[in-house]
Formats: sequence, structure tokens, C-alpha cells
Amino acid sequence: MATVITPAPATFPAPHAVEAIPGTEGWERMYPYQYQFVTDDPERHDYEANGFWFYDGLHYPEPLYPFDMIWDEAWYLALSQYNTRIFSVPPVYGVDHRIINGYIYITPVPVKDPKEIEARVALFMERAGYYYENWDALETKWVDKMKKTIAELEALKIPAPPELEDLSVVTDAVGESEGYHLLKAYDDLIDLGIRCWQYHFEFLNLGYAAYVTFMDFCQKLFPDIPVQQVTQMISGIDVIMYQPDEELKNLARGAVERGVDDTLQAHQDFESARQALEGTGPGREWLASFEKARYPWFNISTGTGWYHHDRAWNDDLNVPFASIRMYAGKIREGASLERPIEQVQRQRDRIVSEYRNLIATDADRATFDQLLGTARTVFPYVENHLFYVEHWFHSVFWNKVREVAAIMRDHGLIEDLEDVWYLRRAEIKDALWDLVTAWATGVKPRGQKVWPKEIVWRKAVMEKFQAWSPPPAVGTPPEKIQEPFTVVLWGVTNDSLDAWARIQDVSDPENVTEFSGFPGSPGAAEGVARVCRTVDEVSRLADGEILVAPTTSPSWAPAFTKIRACVTDVGGVMSHAAIVCREYGMPAVVGTGHATKIIKTGQRVRVDGTTGAITIIR
Amino acid sequence: MNAKPPLVCWFEDCASDSLPLVGGKNASLGELLKAGARVPPGFAVTTAGFRQFMEQNHLPECIRQVLEPLDPDDTAALERASAAVRREIEQAPFSIALEDAIGEFYRRLSLHCCMPATPVAVRSSATAEDLPDASFAGQQDTYLWIRGVDDVLEHVRRCIASLYTSRAIAYRKRMGFAQDEVAISVGVQKMVDAYTAGVMFTLNPVTGDRSAIVIDANFGFGESVVSGEVTPDQFHLNKITMEVVKRTICRKEFCYTVDLERQCSRRAEVPAERQSIQSVVDEELLELARMGTRVERHYGRPMDIEWAIDKEVPEGSNIFLLQARPETVWGSKPASAVSSGSGTSLDYIVASMIAGRKVS
Repeated sequence: MATVITPAPATFPAPHAVEAIPGTEGWERMYPYQYQFVTDDPERHDYEANGFWFYDGLHYPEPLYPFDMIWDEAWYLALSQYNTRIFSVPPVYGVDHRIINGYIYITPVPVKDPKEIEARVALFMERAGYYYENWDALETKWVDKMKKTIAELEALKIPAPPELEDLSVVTDAVGESEGYHLLKAYDDLIDLGIRCWQYHFEFLNLGYAAYVTFMDFCQKLFPDIPVQQVTQMISGIDVIMYQPDEELKNLARGAVERGVDDTLQAHQDFESARQALEGTGPGREWLASFEKARYPWFNISTGTGWYHHDRAWNDDLNVPFASIRMYAGKIREGASLERPIEQVQRQRDRIVSEYRNLIATDADRATFDQLLGTARTVFPYVENHLFYVEHWFHSVFWNKVREVAAIMRDHGLIEDLEDVWYLRRAEIKDALWDLVTAWATGVKPRGQKVWPKEIVWRKAVMEKFQAWSPPPAVGTPPEKIQEPFTVVLWGVTNDSLDAWARIQDVSDPENVTEFSGFPGSPGAAEGVARVCRTVDEVSRLADGEILVAPTTSPSWAPAFTKIRACVTDVGGVMSHAAIVCREYGMPAVVGTGHATKIIKTGQRVRVDGTTGAITIIR
Repeated sequence: MNAKPPLVCWFEDCASDSLPLVGGKNASLGELLKAGARVPPGFAVTTAGFRQFMEQNHLPECIRQVLEPLDPDDTAALERASAAVRREIEQAPFSIALEDAIGEFYRRLSLHCCMPATPVAVRSSATAEDLPDASFAGQQDTYLWIRGVDDVLEHVRRCIASLYTSRAIAYRKRMGFAQDEVAISVGVQKMVDAYTAGVMFTLNPVTGDRSAIVIDANFGFGESVVSGEVTPDQFHLNKITMEVVKRTICRKEFCYTVDLERQCSRRAEVPAERQSIQSVVDEELLELARMGTRVERHYGRPMDIEWAIDKEVPEGSNIFLLQARPETVWGSKPASAVSSGSGTSLDYIVASMIAGRKVS
């Protein structure tokens, strides 16, 4: 059970040996102190040196802004508490976190004492068992809790301290000031964020465990089975993650039906289109349907939702508008916008039945049926939670923080609204105290001369972090990994470690002709590459091109109706790109590490989603 | 039932239930055809043809006379008797009907292959009941790269004569089988001039995974692969999606090609620029896998198959299966479950978490 340290085929730097980037000295103060790899505590140092720390490139393709650390701390707590203290996952406690030059590294913490594991088995059976048995009912409760939390967030008012409090404060004998309410609103805002993340992990690791178990069992029966064929067996289940894209298609259909799609096509910009549409009855009808779709479906981040700069459709209506125009154009061309869901389901059923027929014993067939059923039960949550948390909640949350930032800007604590992200959330709280006490007292806040200077320095540090390539892992690989979350998202195998080590070696991107990632969706395709670094660039895609992206999210959905294959820098077989490509039946290679650096727009590439190989035809 | 059994018949008319008429080898070629595989065309000289030949030449009496008094332990006498009997057989004429039949089938075979005097393999196809094991049967003669009617007839006789090697005679004596009641069929089959050849398992022979197909290949004839003289290219295909999932291309320094003059294969160097290229293209791998799957389904068990791709035959009809037999390593193991089938999902989830994922 113990994490035995044996030399692995791939080697990674020691965690304490990673060199600081010149000019960033002192960067540690941008992050919580417990995230540092330490040298002054021998016991902690040994623990760190003997561990194996994965760079969490899946969630953090970029270094973390000090404020954006909130979600990392939130999931550090949430995932770990469920494993260790709530469900008592038998062989593993939580997942520990560290930071190197702004990049997050994580390691699962194994339970080493076999007696303790045994004791935890009984607890897990009782506690996790309750969740598996009542999954659907508890998931319904979960949706209610999430909707309530989001409603609270949306209702949260961020008051700017007024020059003079309203008279009603006196006549209603309120006894509280808006300065106090600002502090409280900020606390409530942070609290809602942490609470939302408490819910995020309520089901997630149990879902992953069920999923990993099904995968393990399939691999025991069929040692050669490709991972993405296991995931294909649970594909084709309708999940709400597709709904935002469906809404865009419906709006496109509505525009064509009402005959207003010409107006849409005549305007690049939504605002000017809106003005034109308001002049006609059908135009106003269409605008009404557009407004209706926005809540909640346009709370879709254009990124993963993990970073403050991942803006939602609601923040920039030109993003969904461009997709609607594209869909409307496709309808006019006579193309079908339907996802080939029936075809995917037929393919899924064929794969399931063929593998099932190859199972040699009735006992194993019964286990296969049971585990497949459980995997299908947990699958919708594993997908849908993303909409509620990373997209809907986060999109609203970032804007609430911007409201706080606007007040700080108005009081001279920061120069620009978007500077707020360079402060840790505790520093913001400190600054707000500075702000409200100065406001109450009638003096200037001290922070006016503290934060802007610090932010200038932090911006330079972040730029250096951006330019740095974090090693895919540090420390010593263990013999095995037992933590479900780590297994699913990082697909940790010998092969993947070797692949990571290879990714490190891509030193000459100009001359690379072959590299590889994880097979995300089977099949092979050849075509012209289009590198899209952000969702804004998706509109440049031409039909039949191969999308090369850092990662994708639901707001990238329109891209998938155009492309022939997809390649991403980060992500595993359960990443958005892999799932969507399987649904569309097109090849995907994910988690390549550096595809966006190696491939140039216009190059011919061959993508083999079955083997994970990518070839640049130079 | 009243119809007299044919003296000669096409492989298409052979099947496992015609084994007494065409012998094991020809019957299995017929079965392969029925399974939907492509096999090199050819025909069988049946045991009816064999019996007619033997009886018309009064060979059974001759055999009885020579072999009955023999002591199975007197090796020298056995050798002399074997040589005498075989000489008698090899010098005996075919009836006009049989000679015409063989000649006519050979001519039609050549016509079908678009090659006058097409090269063929002539091999015995034992009816097997009187033989100790398959490997012994395999010792009966096979003659490769035979061309022209006269040579074909001569080698059919030689195959018949191979029933009377000293070893076979001694074996029958010891076992108490009658020396003149054994029968043999002879197969005449177009030679495949292989560009590439090898073996195919309809499972992964290393892991026993039934969802896999593993194909080993080298340029030239399959003997370099079968004998293990070269490290062949290896391809893993997924039987369910019919995709190549793994390819290992090796350096193939030599292969076997035909020496037409000496009517045998010879070792030849693979040109340096071809040594490291893939010896079977993907389309061919998929065609092989489809044939392999059909054969497996026909036999209802994992198979071990020899195959070749003919360089003289146009693309699209040039991939041939030469032989198929049940895979013996995993195929003979009783099916054992990896789970109890009675646990709950939770039981398996706990077990799977404790087992963890191997990393190093």
C-alpha cells in the first residue's frame, strides 16, 4: 500500500531544485505561505522531496493570479475533505498542493497503514454507499442547493460607501453603515464561492471512482482496450453542457424562420444588429427570444471558467452572436445542425455489445453490466457540474468581484479595475478595511501608495511566469496512484509519464514533425491546421480545418461543427474536447503539452485519435 | 448419394464433412473458403481418384505382398520395402479418365490465374485416422513451384507414394492398421508469390485479449516469420473498431523469395532503403483483419492464421489466407472470470481504489 520509491523510466526534477526566475525574487508573497516548497523544516522537506507532484496543467495552462488562487484553495479543501473526512476513501487522504513560479503542483496523499485502510473500507462502504444508492435523488438535491447558492450570489449587492448615508439609516434606526456592508458583502461573496466549491466535490470523486472502476474492469477483461473506447461506452447521454450550444442553434433557426437572418448577417456587432432588429416586429420577437436564452444559458465561460479573464457570453454578446450568424448561414446552405447523437448512440451500443459478446464468463458479463450501469449513472453529474460551478457561478462571481474592484479603483487603491486580480483575496479584505476606515474617518487610505506600486511589480513577475515552461511533474514517481481524481484527469500510467518526459524535450518546435498526446477520440484525419488561442479566434475556422487549441470549453462548441479533428495542449480523455469529439465522431488528440507552440496555422497535419500521434506534413 | 464421388474436385467443393474424400488439409482450405476468406485457388485429387489409381494398377496386392511379412523393428528391411513400394507407385500410370481430369483442372486453374503452366504446390492431404498426430502428417510430402501437367502428375504420384515411408509403414504395423486400407488425397494449389507474408492471431497472444488482432509480417514468404529468423513488423488492431492501434516497424534485413529454377525459396537481402518501411499497408491490414474475424466467427474460436499477399495478383484480390488453425495457448484454457459476478458496484469500486493505478 505504501508509496514505494522506485526509479521510474521517466525522470523529473526534484521539487526543491527548480530554479527561481531572475527578477521574480519575493514572488512567494503573492500566494498562500503553505503552498511553498520548504527547506527550513526537515520533516516537511523530506515529505515533499519523496512525493510526486503533477503540474496541474489541465486546470492551469497559465500561472495563477493571486486572486484566482481562490478556486485552487477551494478545491484543495473540498476534494481533500470528502476523501479524508467525509467519505473516508480507503487508500488515500486528500490531494496536497504546492506552487512553483505561479504554477500549481499537486500530489495525492496515500494511507500507508494497511489496518487503517481496512478500517476506512467499512466507513467508505457505509458513507459512499449511501450516495451511490441514492445518487439520482441526492443529485436533484444538489441542483437545488447550487441554484440557491447562485441565486444568493446574483442577489448579492456590493454597496459603494456614499458621501453621506441615506436619511433612512437614521429614520429606520439601521445602526449599520454601507462601509460595514461593503466589508460584509465581500465576506459573503468569498463565502459563497467557497460554499459553491464545497458542493462541487460532493459527487465528483465518487463519480470518478465509479468511472475508473469501470475502466479498470474493462482493461482487466481486455488488456488492449483503448481508454477512449471505454469512454465511448458511456457517451451519447444527454447532458446540459450541450444546452448553451443548442440555444444558439435554436436562435439561428428562429432567425431564419422569422426572416431576420439577413439583418443578423449584415451586422458584425451585436449592438448594431440589435438597433436594426428593434425596428421590426419579427426583429423584436427574435430579440425577446435572445434575451430569454441568455438566462441562464449565456453564463458560459469562453474559457474553462477557472481564470478571471475567461469572460462569459453574457459579458461579450458578440461571441454568441457570431456563432448564431454562423449557424444561420449553415441553415441557409441547407446543412444540418443536429449533433449526430443517434449515430453516436448506435456506435456506442455496437461497441458495448461486441465487447460484451467477447466476455468469456457469465460472472464477468454480470459485473460488466453492473459497472457500466453505475458509470452511466454518475456520468451526467461529472459533466453537468461544470455548467453550474465553473460556468454559471464563476461567470457571475468574477463580475461581482469587479464591482468590488470598481469601488477600490474609485478610492484610488488600484489604478485599473482589472488590477484587482493581482491581489490575494485576504489582501483585498485588508485594502477594503483600509478603504472603509479612511472613508469613515475622512482621510486618504494608506493603500493608495501601497497597492499600485506592488501591482506594477506583480505584473512584471506574472509576465516572467507566463514565459516560463513548468516541468510536467517534479519529484519521484510512486509505484501506483490510488486517488480517483488524479487517475481520471491525468490518466497516470507509465506511458503518460514517458509522454510527459518527452513533452519536456520539445526544445526545437520549428523542426518537430511528429509528437503525441493522449488519444481522446478515435479515428484519423488529415487537414489544414488552424491554431486558435482563444475562443474569439474560432470564427476564423474554415470548414474541414483541424482545430489546434490550448484547451476548449462549451463556448467553443460552434467550432466542432466545422472542424475535421481537434488537438489540445492540455486535457485528458474526460476533457471537454475529447468528450465533444467523441459525440461528434471525430478524432481528437488531447494533452499534447505544446501543440499550439509546434503547429502553425496553415500547416498540413495528420491527427490519429486512436494512437495519439500527430504528424506535421512539412 | 448415388452419384459416384468425383476423382478430382475444386477446393470450393471441399468441407470438413468431406474429410474422408479430400483429407484434412484440403477440407480445411474448403472451410476457409466457406468462412469467407480468400485462399489461393486449387483442387483436390480425391481418395476416390487415389483408390481408382491404386486398384487399376493392382497396387494393393503388391503392397500386401511386400509389406505383410515385414518385421517393424528390422529397419533395413523396412527401408528396402518402402523404396520398392514407392517405386511401384511412382511408375504406375493414371487411368486416362483421371489423367484427363487432373490435366483439365490444372489447365482451368492456369487459365483462372491468367498464367500458362501456373506454378503450384502439390501436397498430400491425409485422411489422418491412421496417423499418430498432425506433425507426423506434416511429414508427408509437399512439392513447391511445380509447373506443367507432366510435373503435376508426377508429383501427385509422389505424394501418394509418401503414404509408404518406412516410418509410416512401421507405425501402422505396430498399431495393427492394414497397410492397404489407408487412403490419401492430394491438393494442387496455386503458389502465392508473396510480396509480404506472415501470421495473424485473432487475439493478443501475449495477453489473451479477445478484442485484439495481432499481425506479424515480413517481406517475401512467411517462412522467415514462422521460423522466427527475423523480427517481423507487428501490428495490433482493434477487432471492434477495425483500427490499427499499434504498429512496431522493425528492421527487416532479409526475406525469402522464389528460386524458380531450383523450385524452392531462397534467402535474399532486403534492399537497405526498404528494410525499415512498413511491410503491409494499412488497407491490407484491415482486409486481413476482416478475413481473420470472419474465420474466427466461422470456427467459433480464436485462430492462428498464415497469410500472404501475392505480388502477381492485382490489388483487391491479392490477399490470401494459407492456413488456419485454432489458437492453442489461450484457446485451450478454460474461461476464468476476473470477478465474482455477485459483488455490488461499491465492492468493485473499493477493490479498484485499493489496487490503484500502476505507475512504475
